[in-house]
Amino acid sequence: MSARAVTESTFEAEVLQNDKAVLVDFWAEWCGPCRAVSPILDQIASEHADKLDIVKLNVDENPGLAMKYQITAIPAMKVFKGGEVVQTVIGAKPKPALEADLAAYIA
Amino acid sequence: MRDIIIIGSGPAGFTAAIYAARAQLTPLLIASSVEVGGELVNTTEVENFPGFPEGIMGPDLMTKIQAQAERFGTEVVYDDVVELDVAGPVKRVKLGNGETHEAKTLVFATGSAYRKLGLPEEELLSGHGLSWCATCDGFFFRQKTIAVVGGGDSAMEEANFLTKFADKVYVLHRRDSLKASKIMQQRAFDNPKIEFVWNVEVSAIRGASAVTGVQLRDTVTGEERELELDGLFVAIGNDPRTHLVHGKLDLTVEGTIAVQGRTSKTSVEGVFAAGDVIDPHYRQAITAAGSGAAAALDAEVFLAGLEDAESVDAEPVPVAVAAN
Repeated sequence: MSARAVTESTFEAEVLQNDKAVLVDFWAEWCGPCRAVSPILDQIASEHADKLDIVKLNVDENPGLAMKYQITAIPAMKVFKGGEVVQTVIGAKPKPALEADLAAYIA
Repeated sequence: MRDIIIIGSGPAGFTAAIYAARAQLTPLLIASSVEVGGELVNTTEVENFPGFPEGIMGPDLMTKIQAQAERFGTEVVYDDVVELDVAGPVKRVKLGNGETHEAKTLVFATGSAYRKLGLPEEELLSGHGLSWCATCDGFFFRQKTIAVVGGGDSAMEEANFLTKFADKVYVLHRRDSLKASKIMQQRAFDNPKIEFVWNVEVSAIRGASAVTGVQLRDTVTGEERELELDGLFVAIGNDPRTHLVHGKLDLTVEGTIAVQGRTSKTSVEGVFAAGDVIDPHYRQAITAAGSGAAAALDAEVFLAGLEDAESVDAEPVPVAVAAN
């Protein structure tokens, strides 16, 4: 299962109003580490679909949200719960390391 | 059991794979999970790799080298090595997914990792205005004032690249001359957005939740001063990535894996090393590729030697068995 894309127009409904915890992957086409971490996030998404939603936000196409959440490095993975950022992970990491960072939301 | 496992997916690892695959050794290459392609993947234009007179983008070059290795039968695994057993005749490589692979020979080509400044605030501000990857993060510094620390080719490349976004790029260097190649120096000197600050080192990074500036210490007078910045990019060199082989392979005083003469032979039989992890001096894509070729050829000779020994062993030889 591939993580679905969100945009500035769907962000409110898909992320901020989501009942579940949502991980937003801020990424871009030209970012090598983003491409590396993307399949790992897809795996985590399909293994923990019941607990955590994982969506992707392209910073090139959605600069307003990148600015709002003060993104200065990507990949930046932010977990939202009840409309608030509750966890931030920056940089591509191997799957076990990401799972450890996200333990509170996938365990 | 395989003939050969190659650890590392930069120019050294994949060139070793091309040679080993063409020697029909069906290599397994462990490419890592998130750093596939190594350092070149985070660079832009590569202008000094022979065969590409117009230059080639780093990621494209790595894609081509990988395709060439796969064309001849290299098997690539996208996972990280968590444990290595190199001492005996059977080399064992344990991966993050729990699988263990065995081979008669190993080529260790894990490259190097970005060197950090060694400041306590580095961890906290990393990703919040402090970066090691201009191509990843430069985009977020449009019309900002930023600095690059370092004086080598990668610092010059980053500084030039960052002027596409930033209004002003300081280059902070602890000496009064650069290590970078002449062409890269000239390009930086000619760039009106770049300003050099000589004889300084970063003694502190300012900012509670994001970088707001740095404290600079003059390396000649010892005086300290502040410089306001929106972002800081660090390009002060790399350290060989040897943590997997500490206590298993001999290292040099420079921290690289020790090899015998101009070969790729490490202190352990059947284990070869190539690329930046053995090279404290040159550290170029092309020297890494050449070193990878040498490692595959050394491994091939070693494997041929094993076969000869096996055919000799097959002769009936009287064996003394010690009674316990």
